[in-house]
Amino acid sequence: MTDAAAIAFQSVTVIYDGAAKPAVDNVSLRIAKGEFVALVGTSGSGKTSLLKTINRLHDPAAGAVQIDGGDIATVDAVQLRRRIGYVFQGIGLFPHLSVAENIAITPKLLGWSRQQQSGRVRELLDLVELPQEFSDRFPAQLSGGQQQRIGIARALAARPDILLMDEPFGALDPVTRDNLGSACRQIHERLGLTTIIVTHDMQEAMLLADRIIVMRDGLVAADGPPADLMSKPGDDDVAALFDVPRRQAEKLSALAARARGAGPHA
Amino acid sequence: MNERLAQALGNLPDYLGQHVLLSAAALALALAIALPLVVASSRRPALRTPIVAFASLVQTIPGLALMALFYPLLLALAALLSPLNIRIPALGFLPALLALTLYALLPILRNAIAGIEGIDPAVKQAALAVGMTSRQTFWQIEAPLAAPVAMAGIRTAAVWTIGAATLATPVGQTSLGNYIFTGLQTENWVYVIVGCVASAALALSVDALLGIAERGIRQRRRAPLILSVAALLIGVAVALAPLGLRGATGNTVVIGAKNFSEQFILAELMASRLENAGFRTSQRQGLGSAIAFRALANSDVDVYVDYSGTLWTNVLENSESLSRDEMNAQLARQLRERFGVTVVGGLGFENAYALAMRRERAKSLGVTDIADLAKHARNLTLGADLEFLQRPEWKSIANAYGLAFAATRSFAPTFMYRALQSGEADVISAFSSDGRIDADDLVVLRDSKGAIPAYDALVLVSPKRAADAAFLAALKPLMNSISVEAMRRANYSVDRDADKRSPREAAQTLAGEIRPPAR
Repeated sequence: MTDAAAIAFQSVTVIYDGAAKPAVDNVSLRIAKGEFVALVGTSGSGKTSLLKTINRLHDPAAGAVQIDGGDIATVDAVQLRRRIGYVFQGIGLFPHLSVAENIAITPKLLGWSRQQQSGRVRELLDLVELPQEFSDRFPAQLSGGQQQRIGIARALAARPDILLMDEPFGALDPVTRDNLGSACRQIHERLGLTTIIVTHDMQEAMLLADRIIVMRDGLVAADGPPADLMSKPGDDDVAALFDVPRRQAEKLSALAARARGAGPHA
Repeated sequence: MNERLAQALGNLPDYLGQHVLLSAAALALALAIALPLVVASSRRPALRTPIVAFASLVQTIPGLALMALFYPLLLALAALLSPLNIRIPALGFLPALLALTLYALLPILRNAIAGIEGIDPAVKQAALAVGMTSRQTFWQIEAPLAAPVAMAGIRTAAVWTIGAATLATPVGQTSLGNYIFTGLQTENWVYVIVGCVASAALALSVDALLGIAERGIRQRRRAPLILSVAALLIGVAVALAPLGLRGATGNTVVIGAKNFSEQFILAELMASRLENAGFRTSQRQGLGSAIAFRALANSDVDVYVDYSGTLWTNVLENSESLSRDEMNAQLARQLRERFGVTVVGGLGFENAYALAMRRERAKSLGVTDIADLAKHARNLTLGADLEFLQRPEWKSIANAYGLAFAATRSFAPTFMYRALQSGEADVISAFSSDGRIDADDLVVLRDSKGAIPAYDALVLVSPKRAADAAFLAALKPLMNSISVEAMRRANYSVDRDADKRSPREAAQTLAGEIRPPAR
């Protein structure tokens, strides 16, 4: 790998005020342009803390984060955040703003004209497959899945190269989750994004990501494409992580086979 | 229409206008102070606790006490600024405004801060993540989301302020409280009811209008918000219109009155005299005894009637007893030298403190003199007005006769006479010009040791009016013109239960009984 890495972590350490142990402990990673990376691990493993150093919601206590070869500590945090899309677990739509106003918030902050903003809103509603008449609705009038589609549209509004997602589908039902996951992957492909998703759902990570980074106690416990990690997990704990979805998948395919076999007689 | 109701409604434009002006100004000032504090505390949450604690502390002070506290504070400030030639009125609008403003702060601050603290943390994170600065976060996200809760606080503040503004009367600011205080004093229940109904109606309509605004904000609809703000502005303008028309003529004379019927009647009498001489007048009624003199010395009040003994002991803090003529001469000299206050002259009667008992009670105990009373005092209760027990006269009487009562109780003057009738008090600190002494068949105990000084009713004029010849000429004919009998009748016509007169009617009757100036 070269300096062309979209995002590079160099010995990044994050420590919260009053905490005995660092949340992220001397982590170095390079993420290439166009990669879809899943950060997985248990609660408190440091995955969200690491994610938040990318748009400076947290500044590292030591080490540096580079984007396209530049140290982000030298960039104004507010300007940096306007260039990076961010999708939340809690969705965090602004309840007093309409769907269109929510989507257009970053373009508005960047000083786009009204026309440019409304044009972009139309494009994005198409992109996240929502009808145009949602423009004038308010978040409370939408379902959870629709709200998170708006959340994704908002994150992408200012045409960022990087999309960060912090457990974006955590609060959604399984069907909606699956739909949104595939939609995300498609958008990632279509726009050529570099996407990092934080999740504790291994199955989701394996189905969506090109690369999985497993975090434990602030350290990187494993890093590689899903198939590689499944076959060579490295240690028992990581193996256990991959074991669950594999056993589930085996059981499900057996069930499916039996269902197919029993089908005609039913 | 009922005559007394008609008279009460005649005062409505003035009282309501002043009340609206005071409440609106206090609310506006409170908003001007509270909102920047809220903005500051949104950036620095550590400020929230001290801000709300201060506002809560203010709230624990009773409203009337808060107004009264501003009076000495402003006096001190006025003394401090007088070398710079800056005059601060210590009475009237300013203390009332400041007290009400402090009072209105708590609901505004508490609700606005609660509104900001109640915002979903995910929304605040999102504001940061989409690239808002902290200023943008406040104005675009926190302020609009907290607005409905903050608006509910403003509504509460408005209702409180309108209610509490009735307490501005005793510090000399005209308000709807004038109906209530005057009505209570003269037992004119029509007045009390008009005052309560008017202030309640005002509070309810403002609450309803602000309620519409609040709903508009909550539902993010602009029309109701604009409608209610426009209605409020029009309402305030209409209420203030009579003041504006009156204010345009300028140079209004302010007549002061303490809180009892005689003072109300004399204020009306002087007002009609001055109006006949071409002056515009306004009245500050229900002033506390010490406040009235301070206000005069500060030219917040131009003229009022006070009593020689009160001035001698309370204002000039003299303890020696002088003959009547000598005391009046000394008073005129000392008041002019020390305060620039002019004594125009005596009205011709005395309103002295006097210890009074029910006739048959006095007879059965064999009491005719205060010296006799001293022997029985240990078994008796003294009913006093609100200030008597604090006054030097009481100490002087108590010392001279060795008086020690089983209990002492304080009442508003009207209720003091009631307490004597009902047996809750055996002896009261009556006033010698009070019509109820005859009407209630009371006996005034002799002061054989001369412990109670003379209390000639004197007309006092402020430094500002001291050289106003037309003003003084209008008052001169009142000197030595009122007999104590005429004053007692006038007082009784206001104080009695049946066939009550208003102070203004009593003043008209009294004006007809004025005796030609004795030469």
